[in-house]
Amino acid sequence: MPPFLDIQNLSCGYSSGFRIHDINLSLTEGSFAGIIGPNGSGKTTLFRGISGALPLKEGYIQLEGTDLSRLTWREKARKLAIVSQFSETAELSVEEYVLMGRLPYRQPFQFFDRKEDIEIAHHYMHLTNTYRLRNKSMTELSGGERQMANIACALSQHPRLLLLDEPTSHLDITHQMQFMNLIQRLNEEMKLSVMMIIHDLSLAAEYCDFLLMMKNGTTFCQGAPEEVMTYEHIENVYNTVVIVKTNPISGKPVVFPVSEQRLRNGKK
Amino acid sequence: MGQKQWIWGLYVLLLLAGLIVASILSLGMGEISIRIGDLPRIFSEKESMEYGVLAYIRIPRTLLGLAIGGSLSLAGAILQGIYRNPLVEPYTLGISGGASLGITFAIVSGLHLLNILFLPLAGFIGSFATIFLVYTLSLGRGGLSVNRMLLIGVMISFIASSLMMFLMSITSTDNIHGIVFWMMGSLNETNSTMITVMIALSLFCLIVSYLFVMPLNALRLGEEKARHLGFNANSVIRILFIITSLLTGACIAVAGVIGFVGLVIPHIVRLWVGTDYRILLISSFLSGGIFLILCDVIARTIISPNELPIGVITGIVGGAAFIVLLSNSRRKEIRRYDD
Repeated sequence: MPPFLDIQNLSCGYSSGFRIHDINLSLTEGSFAGIIGPNGSGKTTLFRGISGALPLKEGYIQLEGTDLSRLTWREKARKLAIVSQFSETAELSVEEYVLMGRLPYRQPFQFFDRKEDIEIAHHYMHLTNTYRLRNKSMTELSGGERQMANIACALSQHPRLLLLDEPTSHLDITHQMQFMNLIQRLNEEMKLSVMMIIHDLSLAAEYCDFLLMMKNGTTFCQGAPEEVMTYEHIENVYNTVVIVKTNPISGKPVVFPVSEQRLRNGKK
Repeated sequence: MGQKQWIWGLYVLLLLAGLIVASILSLGMGEISIRIGDLPRIFSEKESMEYGVLAYIRIPRTLLGLAIGGSLSLAGAILQGIYRNPLVEPYTLGISGGASLGITFAIVSGLHLLNILFLPLAGFIGSFATIFLVYTLSLGRGGLSVNRMLLIGVMISFIASSLMMFLMSITSTDNIHGIVFWMMGSLNETNSTMITVMIALSLFCLIVSYLFVMPLNALRLGEEKARHLGFNANSVIRILFIITSLLTGACIAVAGVIGFVGLVIPHIVRLWVGTDYRILLISSFLSGGIFLILCDVIARTIISPNELPIGVITGIVGGAAFIVLLSNSRRKEIRRYDD
């Protein structure tokens, strides 16, 4: 049986010259994978390659045995849902926005929304606690609320794989944890496979069960958080001195930054 | 959700009622005024002068007002949807300029004498060429840039008007007269083929645009998101471009340059009915029709028995309404920041 997601020898990039290359990754169903690496290391490019926004130069991406490049946008939208870092908003209500997640399932010449679609949208709005905001305009939401509406919309697509591009980077710690806990619950209860680009290394290690660390457009290392999140790897990839300890409750690695001044003056 | 359908139905009914009122005004007002009560009598007396005025002048003119106002407004609504920018319309993108150039060329070269349909065809070719140019020139490294597109549109308008002047300077006085007359814009079209083609085309484009309401809805969130929701954004945009250039080219060929309808009407309608294209397109079409019919009534009664170019009225009324709306919405925004 082929792996759930299989990326082999992937290479893709922009006409300006930047490209990612030699990416190999396979995930089992129900994985919670984190993509980490410094800015400009190619994380978002990898996502754009998977989503089909960038054409592949080499290699292939298979989801449940189907080559993604052979699917139409509509077929892809039923398998993949993407929450981007910056989402554009328009003057539309939260309910209308979440209902857009049902667009890949519309019949040809269907004009009004089906009852079934509305029920699905409402279900995920309850799950993400956005139902109370349903008549509010998307432009009036706070960053945290907007991200929850984004998730509700993405879930309404009933995707097999959920791609999240730095979903928590603009959120405070309350909303960050709320968001991550929700994704973890979805991952465990619905067996939803998740791939997430994330900058907070400790958060990545705490929640993800698999990490892919990128540097200069290719894989630096990958594996379980305990194997990837070592201070040698982090210092090499990020050019930053850090201390890695273990979280006493979860047993997962935690990354502590060390300031330059402290490095010079020695341990307190 | 059932509620939404009722509200949408209500909007359409209101607009249809408005259209009927505007049509009655347009049929009744003019050098010879005709009252609604007299309409049945007039239609039974086919020899009367009133019947002639109605059947050969005012009814075609009213239908043409609906078709052209609706088409321009529809084209504006679609373009604003593609670019997610409320300042985009056939006029600001230079499409009108391109169409004008095409039509001037047709008049100067005498093509329109061979077959009257060469005029809309030339307008379509001109507008399509412009939209193609604007689109490819504004495709930069980071994708489509709206600012660049607006600038390129303005430049193309300048180039087109210079070329038009060049064509006018080398042609005969008769042709110049024809071009100037046509450029000023008027619903005073007497060729029944042109009127029929225009009406059919506007309805056809309205129906075709409705096949793309859901992609347009998704495009509100950007091209990338529309792709992720399962639409081939590039091909959708390409088809919508063809529709808008068809509409604009034909409108300009029939009625000359009529500005502001495509900019102001969809903008106002959006504030009223919301951004959902399922209701926005039909509302824009009907409102544009009502607006132009009323502007035409003003244009032909205000300095009666002479007639003002309709573009003058749409420009003044539309521009003023736009400024009022813009300053109102800014005040509202400022208040929101104050809170």
